[in-house]
Amino acid sequence: MTSMKIKDLYVSINEKEIVKGLNLEVKQGEVHAIMGPNGSGKSTLSFAIMGHPKYKISSGDILIDDESILGLSPDERAKKGLFLSFQYPAEIPGVKYSNFLRLALNSKRKYQGLEPISVMDFHKIFKQEIKNLGIDDSFASRYLNEGFSGGEKKRSEILQLSILKPKIAILDETDSGLDIDALRIVAENVNKMAKKNNLGVLVITHYQRILKYLHPDFVHVMVDGKIVNSGGKKLAEELEEKGYSIYVKEVAAE
Amino acid sequence: MIKSEKERLATEMSYDKYNFRYDTKDYKVIFNRGLNEDVVKEISRIKQEPEWMTEFRLKGLKAFQEKPMPQWGANLNEINFDNIIYYMKPSDSKKTWEEVPMFIKETFDRLGIPEAERKFLAGVSSQFDSEVIYHSVKKELEEKGVIFLSMDEGLKQYSELVKKYFGTVIPFDDNKFAALNTSVWSGGSFVYIPKNIKVDMPLQAYFRINAADIGQFERTLIVLDEGSQCTYVEGCSAPRYSSESLHSAVVEIIALPGSKVQYVTLQNWASNIYNLVTKRSHAYKDASVYWIDCNLGSKVTMKYPSIYLLEEGARGEVLSVAFAGKGQHQDAGAKIIHVAPNTTSTITSKSISKSNGRATYRGLLKVYPDAKNIKSSVKCDALLIDKESRTDTYPTIEIDEPTATVTHEATVGKIGEDQIFYLTSRGLSEEEATTLIVLGFVQPFTRLLPMEYAVEFNRLIELEMEGSVG
Repeated sequence: MTSMKIKDLYVSINEKEIVKGLNLEVKQGEVHAIMGPNGSGKSTLSFAIMGHPKYKISSGDILIDDESILGLSPDERAKKGLFLSFQYPAEIPGVKYSNFLRLALNSKRKYQGLEPISVMDFHKIFKQEIKNLGIDDSFASRYLNEGFSGGEKKRSEILQLSILKPKIAILDETDSGLDIDALRIVAENVNKMAKKNNLGVLVITHYQRILKYLHPDFVHVMVDGKIVNSGGKKLAEELEEKGYSIYVKEVAAE
Repeated sequence: MIKSEKERLATEMSYDKYNFRYDTKDYKVIFNRGLNEDVVKEISRIKQEPEWMTEFRLKGLKAFQEKPMPQWGANLNEINFDNIIYYMKPSDSKKTWEEVPMFIKETFDRLGIPEAERKFLAGVSSQFDSEVIYHSVKKELEEKGVIFLSMDEGLKQYSELVKKYFGTVIPFDDNKFAALNTSVWSGGSFVYIPKNIKVDMPLQAYFRINAADIGQFERTLIVLDEGSQCTYVEGCSAPRYSSESLHSAVVEIIALPGSKVQYVTLQNWASNIYNLVTKRSHAYKDASVYWIDCNLGSKVTMKYPSIYLLEEGARGEVLSVAFAGKGQHQDAGAKIIHVAPNTTSTITSKSISKSNGRATYRGLLKVYPDAKNIKSSVKCDALLIDKESRTDTYPTIEIDEPTATVTHEATVGKIGEDQIFYLTSRGLSEEEATTLIVLGFVQPFTRLLPMEYAVEFNRLIELEMEGSVG
């Protein structure tokens, strides 16, 4: 059972401290939601966990199964079982979606000591997963993220998640840009992965609406770079009703 | 220390798979170094050429000797013409695959040429050093009247046809290296497609420099009669020697009214070859010419495939791709001359520079007065892999006709940190991610190549990218 522990984490970008003493543990099979107002450091946290070179960890630690991953490159973190669903995935012109995903899957399989998957077998899996997510067949031959609509980008990220099968996934604002139907399909797929594949999920969101479909075991409120309150699903409903103002005031009063 | 060793390996290893050389004991003829009238006459004598060709060669020699070394573009001043062997003959030409010597077959095996042969069974022509050693044309093509021969054989069998077109697109004194080629040319291909014949399978030629210090001067002439079509694919390579070699080819294409031709080059010369090639075509009424030109390897490449749009409705397109690795200068581009009204053209250039490699786009777009309503677009994209790499663009546009519609676009890109982060977050290493981005960058070129060449091209790019990170 893999777990990710974040211990008293401080992250800065361009000398500016954004995450300020954050503690969190996500275990496989658990669904966590971090909610917070804009500018509270949610996306910074997700980039720092995945190892973006621009985000500097000034103190604290991130551990997978009690081993620090701070010295690891993003691909090594991916091989440890981490996955980040991007809010704004980068466009890679000329690279076919299915080729890229097969390469990514094979690099993971190589790390696990498995033979590379054949083109035929890959396409079987691919076809099944795009059907589950209600994605068009043409996806395979499109270029990676190029000209994708907001909704397509989000579905594409979840498609990669379902094929690469990581242990712990961070979903950064996956709900933005999705209509209600798409949101429901995405959330159902994530729920299924959490239950069936024992996926640990950390969903980062501004709004409560994804939590209607994605049933979190834990809800955390993040304000000004740290978690100020944690609770169950009820906390999310409370936030929807009252907003973040009470937390923002509390922080300001400190 | 470790870093520099890695760097050394990265540059040396890139060609290891191609670095197989053979001794020259099986060669029938090896000339002494250096060039003079006797050398030219002797080449012509061995080949039993008609007198007009001997004279043409001598005119070429004179022009070569009189013309100064070009002082623009890449630095060519280190070429020592006295140290070059101008003619070498490995063995007699073979008609069937079985007759080809084992050591040459092995070379093809390693380069996947037999696969191509088996797949297409069309024409394959291969040149070792000066001479074409293997050549076959599928019977079907022969029956249609298609000629696909070595230039030497073409001259022997179709002397009048060759005489009509040889040197008409690129004059003997066009430039110093075309003049040199005119004087000592050997091998290359002669292609003639009769009226209204469409050849679906690509005609393939393969050129290779095997021995050290040899100059290779193949000469290709392609004539498309009215309404005909063909695709010609050439691959080039050479092993790595400590001394430098020279490859200086001339390719002439005549596209008569309504014809359509695509000329594809996939070259991967060793990094000490000077590759100085003149390629030019004439497109007549409603004819289309496509040059697809890929430049990998070599020390210096200077090559600007040209299209003269001579009559109404002619169309020209050049797609040029260059990869400049460590110590390499790729000076490549295109020239398009709109002579007639209602002609259209496109130039697309894509270059990648790595380490201290330098990729230059040099292009000319010229529109003559009264060439009304022409349309042309030029697009140059350069990708820089690291801080040491360099790219420059010299687009010359001369328009003497107010009705011309011309667009020009140039971009210089670096590999984005966010692109690398995205791909590495999915488990690809930084090197794999960089290579993938480069392959994506050249994809508009790759998709135009015949399948096995596309695979080969991607593999060569991967080799070039090895050790490029860290």
